[in-house]
Amino acid sequence: MTQPVSPPRDSSTDKVPTAESPAWRGLLARADVRTLSLLGVLAALIVIGGITKPDEFLDTRNLQLVLTQASVIGVVTVGMTFVIVSGGIDLSVGAIVALASVWATTVATQEFGFAGILFTAVVVGVGCGLVNGVLIAYGAMVPFIATLAMLASARGLALQITDGKTQIVTVPSVLDLGERDAYVLGIPPLVLVFAVVTVIGWLVLNRTTFGRRTVAVGGNPEAARLAGIDVRRQRLYLYLLSGLCCGIAAFLLIVLSGSGQNTNGNLYELDAIAAAIIGGTLLTGGRGTIVGSVLGVLIFTTITNIFALNNLQSDVQQIAKGAIIVAAVLVQRRTASTT
Amino acid sequence: MTEITSRRGLLFGAAAVSAGALLTGCTSNEPTDSNDESAGNDQPVADDKPGKQVTIGFAGPQADHGWLNAINDNAKSRAEKYSDVTLEITEGSNDTAQQIGQIETLINKKVDVLVVLPADGKALTQVGLKAMRAGIPVVNLDRIFNTPQAYRCWIGGDNYGMGLNAGHYIGEKLKGKSGARVIELAGLDNLELTKQRTQGFDDALKNYPNIKKVARQAAEFTVESGQAKMAQLLQAQSKFDALWNHDDDQGVGALRAIEQAGRDDFLMVGGAGALSAFQAIKQDDGVLKATVLYPPTMAASAIDLARALGQSKGIGGLAEFEIPSSLTLYSAVVDKTNVDQYMSTGFK
Repeated sequence: MTQPVSPPRDSSTDKVPTAESPAWRGLLARADVRTLSLLGVLAALIVIGGITKPDEFLDTRNLQLVLTQASVIGVVTVGMTFVIVSGGIDLSVGAIVALASVWATTVATQEFGFAGILFTAVVVGVGCGLVNGVLIAYGAMVPFIATLAMLASARGLALQITDGKTQIVTVPSVLDLGERDAYVLGIPPLVLVFAVVTVIGWLVLNRTTFGRRTVAVGGNPEAARLAGIDVRRQRLYLYLLSGLCCGIAAFLLIVLSGSGQNTNGNLYELDAIAAAIIGGTLLTGGRGTIVGSVLGVLIFTTITNIFALNNLQSDVQQIAKGAIIVAAVLVQRRTASTT
Repeated sequence: MTEITSRRGLLFGAAAVSAGALLTGCTSNEPTDSNDESAGNDQPVADDKPGKQVTIGFAGPQADHGWLNAINDNAKSRAEKYSDVTLEITEGSNDTAQQIGQIETLINKKVDVLVVLPADGKALTQVGLKAMRAGIPVVNLDRIFNTPQAYRCWIGGDNYGMGLNAGHYIGEKLKGKSGARVIELAGLDNLELTKQRTQGFDDALKNYPNIKKVARQAAEFTVESGQAKMAQLLQAQSKFDALWNHDDDQGVGALRAIEQAGRDDFLMVGGAGALSAFQAIKQDDGVLKATVLYPPTMAASAIDLARALGQSKGIGGLAEFEIPSSLTLYSAVVDKTNVDQYMSTGFK
């Protein structure tokens, strides 16, 4: 990794020059200023929630609720961040979640119990990712087109399997995992999975060759190729990874909702892309952070939660969501350029 | 090095193939004891005697939702019941342009009568007019065209009435309870029918001064959104007495959220009439005590109307020589007392 074009070791966290007082140095050196501004946005939201609905919002159960609701889309977003950092896009995530969740909840699959459901969800996710990856890496298809095609076919197949019906899960061990009794030290299992995926995602992106190659491919694929990186294989792996995340998310969704439905994962692609972008991932590739993406997801989930607690209706929610996306990106850009 | 890679590739390939083989066996959704007989078969038919042969063209939206799927099933099984009816059914589509094309194909095939459930009623008005001008009577199912000129007969559900009946049921149950609190889990807010349901619900509650609607959130008719929105509502309202959920499909998610929150201190009323809701009402061990119908059997009735039109007959039980120009179905409340009667109409 001594090639002239390969990015610096820590480019994914986008080091900021430390001009502040020495006390801040250590922190700033490690944390990205964008991440700090995201934390600021999240803190502001928490203040708003705390003021408007002190009893309902500042409550352990609400924290558990927000984190649980964030888990499914959060896992998808981690995979999406890798794909976007590599300069790609995966529009099929929602459809893959739908397909994996219905395939894993058919009457035939449910006969295999917990393991059957988990296995099917993950393998279907990885399988779809494999098709995406092969088409993009070796079929030289544009990611936008290849994953758009996957979106259409996976949704179609999901509809064909369910025939429009809601598949209710009857396997007790799967259902129990979503119940309060399954909480570990007050942490819902879904949230634990989300946390583990986040930590692994962070380690892989920041501390492994795989992560550095991902950033390199996104920054300048031609330079990465000249530097000896097998760009095509790297791309294949990245879509596999995104598919894997979708499979895990599908399983979490099955646990959460106790069912599989072909409408599952509706518009996840947009939510995941939006969270990654808010989190500071460049849509053109070459830069992005897992922490930022996860904060992006948490910001969205917290907004939805505050709106629901205050009984605001969906029209207001949608308008405000759009405004907050713009505001968050503007705030980030300003803080990033002034420091 | 290459050898290792290829061996790994081989192993991976073998694993992928066997996983694929395992998985394809898992797409089956046939329950071991299949009892898929649709509701339409169970009702008495006004006049079963075979008459003039009628070809009915049927065009509906994509059946991506339990209720819409039941619409197709009801239409098909009702048509099969008659030896004098041939059903030409199109592949359902949510795309307006595509549905227009499908209906035009049916017009060109010169079917005798058309039954149309538009993906979007207003957008399909023109093609309804076109069929009527071509001399093909149109039975407009549920989502209404812009003008009565575009159909010979409209048959559909009563969204306002659904809300009204849900509100009255809850009102009667909470009678005498002062300061009663009610919440509403609505369907997709982008649809006019959701507004109508909410309006009916609010109007009914006005009759009960002791009841106050304290919260309303809109889900998206999906299990996933039902779970998410209900979980938030439960967090927002630590105490309430009744809940009306617009749709039993999203109700599956709502019930899941209620179970996860460990709440059982209120009464829940559903909407539409899914089989799972009927079963829960019959078992009577949860919060779900009733559901308000939006009957998919209307598709079976639409086939009856189309057959009567094709044979130039009226319908049994009415004195007129012709079928009515408009039929609004009643949104009955199904609770423990009458659930058995409706069980066969429940959709999955």
